[in-house]
Parts: sequence; structure tokens; C-alpha cells
Amino acid sequence: MKTPKLFGLHAKPGGWFGFFLASLPFLLLIIVYMIASDARLAINPNDKVLPSFSHMADAIVRMATKPDRRSGDLLLWSDTFASLRRLFIGVGAGALVGLMVGLNTAIFPGLRAMSRSFLTFLSIIPPLTLLPILFIAFGVGETAKVMLIFIGTVFVISRDLHLYVLQLPKEQITKALTLGASDLAVTYRIVLPQIMPRLIETTRLTLGGAWLFLIAAEMISATEGLGYRIGLVRRYLAMDVIIPYVLWITLLGFLLDWLLRLAVARLYPWYRTGKE
Amino acid sequence: MNGEQIRDGLRKSSLLHIEDVYKRYGSKTILDDIDLSVASGEFVTLVGPSGCGKSTLLRLVIGQEAPCGGSILMEGEPLGPPTPERGVVYQNYSLFPHLTSIENVTLSRRLALQPWQWHSRKKTILEEGMHYLEKVSMADHAQKFPAQLSGGQRQRVAIAQALIQKSRILCMDEPFSALDPGTRESLQMFLLELWEETKMTFFFVTHDLEEAVYLGTRLIALSQYYTDDRNPEAPRGAKIVVDRKFGPSDHAVSPSVKSTAEFASAVQEIRKQAFDPHYLQHVTSFDLSHPMSWVTHNAGEVAGEQPVQPGPGR
Repeated sequence: MKTPKLFGLHAKPGGWFGFFLASLPFLLLIIVYMIASDARLAINPNDKVLPSFSHMADAIVRMATKPDRRSGDLLLWSDTFASLRRLFIGVGAGALVGLMVGLNTAIFPGLRAMSRSFLTFLSIIPPLTLLPILFIAFGVGETAKVMLIFIGTVFVISRDLHLYVLQLPKEQITKALTLGASDLAVTYRIVLPQIMPRLIETTRLTLGGAWLFLIAAEMISATEGLGYRIGLVRRYLAMDVIIPYVLWITLLGFLLDWLLRLAVARLYPWYRTGKE
Repeated sequence: MNGEQIRDGLRKSSLLHIEDVYKRYGSKTILDDIDLSVASGEFVTLVGPSGCGKSTLLRLVIGQEAPCGGSILMEGEPLGPPTPERGVVYQNYSLFPHLTSIENVTLSRRLALQPWQWHSRKKTILEEGMHYLEKVSMADHAQKFPAQLSGGQRQRVAIAQALIQKSRILCMDEPFSALDPGTRESLQMFLLELWEETKMTFFFVTHDLEEAVYLGTRLIALSQYYTDDRNPEAPRGAKIVVDRKFGPSDHAVSPSVKSTAEFASAVQEIRKQAFDPHYLQHVTSFDLSHPMSWVTHNAGEVAGEQPVQPGPGR
């Protein structure tokens, strides 16, 4: 029997054909965009809504290589640096605090009893509704934006790790105690190393939300940053900058995701082998 | 000597002494007045039909759970949460997935150190760990993670991990139950040799009656299939219905004994006494012929009056 390449349950789309299938939706999107853009530009050569690719390339090269007239910065890079810094500090603090809270509240029943309802309550508050409060409390500087990202990620991470630790077999904890581990050794020498890969994976999944909070905060109040730039040029309908910026943010997100996946595979080789 | 005196003597002299132990989950009684004394050096096997509470009893012994009533003593001292004097090997989860074989085996040694002491002691500890891995024929797999090992190899490493601890009693909960018959038999032989060599006390839970008869110098059967003077419909927890001395108690036996008529009849007899739901013995007629077995079923207990009021915890 011949194995079908595309149709049915048993299809095996491999090799070059698989690669072609993967690129197909991207190609289609680009083609549709080009047709629509050409059609609009044919009617009005100054149309700004669907700029041509060459137009967008010019704009992004200008943003990346020509110093800004006002500040003297290369805007693409200074925006990227400012945004990534906020993202890393916010998500990093969220991961660290989330790890400690999730781990300890899962291991120690006393802490669990005390924190469970409270953490659930906090985690249900939509973080964006806190933005005005954060701006009032911390001013419009860096702190408020970083805090928003922190608040937006810390509860997801701590709850996820909490549940993950609770799912570890009880036998492991008993076993560690029979090997002479103290309460703290069980927590930090037995359980902590086991949940590190899960922490990285959870952080990876919360990055999507973190970008959302970052861009939202920057659009409302900032002087630089990827979200700020998009919000700023929107006033001039500068789609030739907005679209490349969106693609750039997507690429950054993709790279971060890939790096974290690589880190899990490299640092914790036992994590995946245990699941297959 | 009356029952009281025997019991008091056993309480002090036994390595492990379990007296009037009950365990309930909600309204369901699992263990219904368990009395058991284990001497140092015994290879105790615990069998029973599924759901009879064998593993529950093992968890009580290692301290993973607390009994609802009664007492568990080690050399006269009451036992609490898990400590290094009671080692354990489970069917699964004995090994930590994030540690290699050698790291798993030396874990108890490393836990005894502060992290900064590790460097100066590393060599001795790793050598000792390798020695134990050699003992279980796993030296070639020292750098592998548990997920990379077969089921039998994992159990070998788990046994080494527990042995290095030199606990007073080594509790095993169905350690070989997930293994294929060949691996299982070779591990049974291995365990007997180990027991002969170390003279350790083993407390081995299994659902496999032949395994229990083959391995143990003493066989305990737990069962919920019995009758007493309580209302016949009353929900009963499991009691010890068989407590027998087995085999030569000082050396490992070859698996060939499994084909003898004596072995087969012992298996059959215990199967009837413990595993047959229609064969209900009265509590006063259990086969408790082991020399250290004693019965605390006085008239009140037989009638179902419980001497110990169950409460939360012990």
C-alpha cells in the first residue's frame, strides 16, 4: 500500500513536501497582502494603509541605521533595548518570586492553608485594571511598567508550580525523608531541582502575556520602547513602521521561546526523556 | 506466662512492634486491630488480596501515614514521621528522576553534608556509591538517569540507594510487581543473597503469594475475609489471618523449591485462608503458628468492642 502524502489519518508529509506545506500559509499571506497592497497603490500612490514591501524595508532600515533627529538614538535598537529590559526584569522577578511562592506553599501545609485563598483572589484580578493604580503609586517611570509585567506573570507561575509540586508523587518526599533529608533539604535539594525545567517552561508560556502587558503599558505612558513607537506612529498612520515593528516583536518573541526551549533541553536532559 | 506478659516482653525485645493498630479512611476501616512483632534479621513477607491494606500497613510502618489508633514501636520507642532508620523501596518513584544512578545511590550521603563540604568528601562518597552499584551489578549504568534504565535496573539502583543508608529495617512495597518473570526471578535471588549477606530485617509487601512463600522466613497474610462475633454484615477491615514461619531462616534458597510438593501445598493452603472470599475463618481459628505471634483477641475484641478509640492522628 502506498502511504498518502497529504490526505487521511495515515498521511506522512515529510521531507521537502513537509517543508513546502509548512511555508504554504506564509506564502499565501504574503501573496494576498501584495495583491491588496498593489490594488490600493494603483488607485492612490500615497496610500498609507497597505504599504509596499520596499516601502516598509526603507522605513525599517531608516529606523535601524539613521540616528533620530531629536534624540540622536538609533530608534529600532533603543526601543528594543528599553522594551527587553522591562520584559526581562518583570518576567525574571515574576519567575523568581513565583517559584519560591509556588514551591513553599505546595510543600508546607501551614503556608498552603494561609495563602491558597489569598493567592487565588490576587490571581483573578485582571492585571491591566491595576495599571492606573500602578501609575498613581509608582509614577509613570520604569517601576510601574515592570510592576505590571511582574503582577501579570507571578501568579500564573506560582499557581502552576504549586500544582506541579502537588502532583509529584508523595512517595518521593517520604523517600527523601528516609534518606535523612530535613524539611528544608526536601524543599530545596530534592523538589527545587526537579521543578526548574517546569519553571522555564511555564515562564516560556507566560511570555505571551508579558508582551501584552509591556506593549499596553508602553502605549499609555513611555518615552521609548517598541510599544511606545507603535502607539506614536499610529497617529500618522505610518503602517510602513508599524508592520515591521509587529514582525520584529514577533521575531523577538519567537527567539526567546526557542532559547528557553533550548535551555530546558540542554540543562535538564532528564526532563524530556522522562516524558517520552 | 499469660498473654500480657508475652506482649510486654515482645514490646521491648522486638525490632518492630505493632499493637492494636487501626486505620480508617472516612467510614471505611482498612486495618482492623493489627498486632505484629518482628525480630531483627527476619525476612517478613506480607501478602493479601488486593485492597486488603498491605501497602497501608507498610506506609504506617515507614511513617508516611499515621494510624488512627494503636501503637507502632521500634525497639520500644514510638515511631513518627519517616526517618533514616526505616528505608523504603517502592514499586515506582524510589529514584529521583533528575539524578543519575550514582547520584541517586549517594544521595543520603550527600544530604548528610552541607553543600560546601561536598568537594572535600566527594571522592570517598563516590567510591562508596560505586561499591554499592557494583554490588547490584549496575556499575556500568552509573551515569544514566532513571528514565534511561529498564524496570529491573531501576529497582536494582533503588535497592542500592536504600542499602547504603544502613537502616534498621528495609520496607519494600511490591518492588518486583511491575517486572517481567525472568527479571523478577533474578531479583528475588539477588534479594535473598543480599539478605543472607547483610542480615538485615526486610519487610516485603507483595500481592504474589508464591513470591511471598519463596522469599520470606516469615509470612504474614492480611485479609478482610474472616468472621467474628460482630454482626455478619458489619464492615470489617483486614486482620492478620496467617502468620507462619517458613524455610531455613539463615540462608538463601534456590528457586527450585518452588516446584516441590511442600511449597505447592503451603501456597494452596494460604490461598484458601487469605484469598478466598467464601472461606471465612473465625478470628479464633487463624493459623498464627509463628513463634513470635501472639493474640490479643480477648472476648471483648472478638465481640467487636474496640479497645482503642480512633481519633484524629495517633
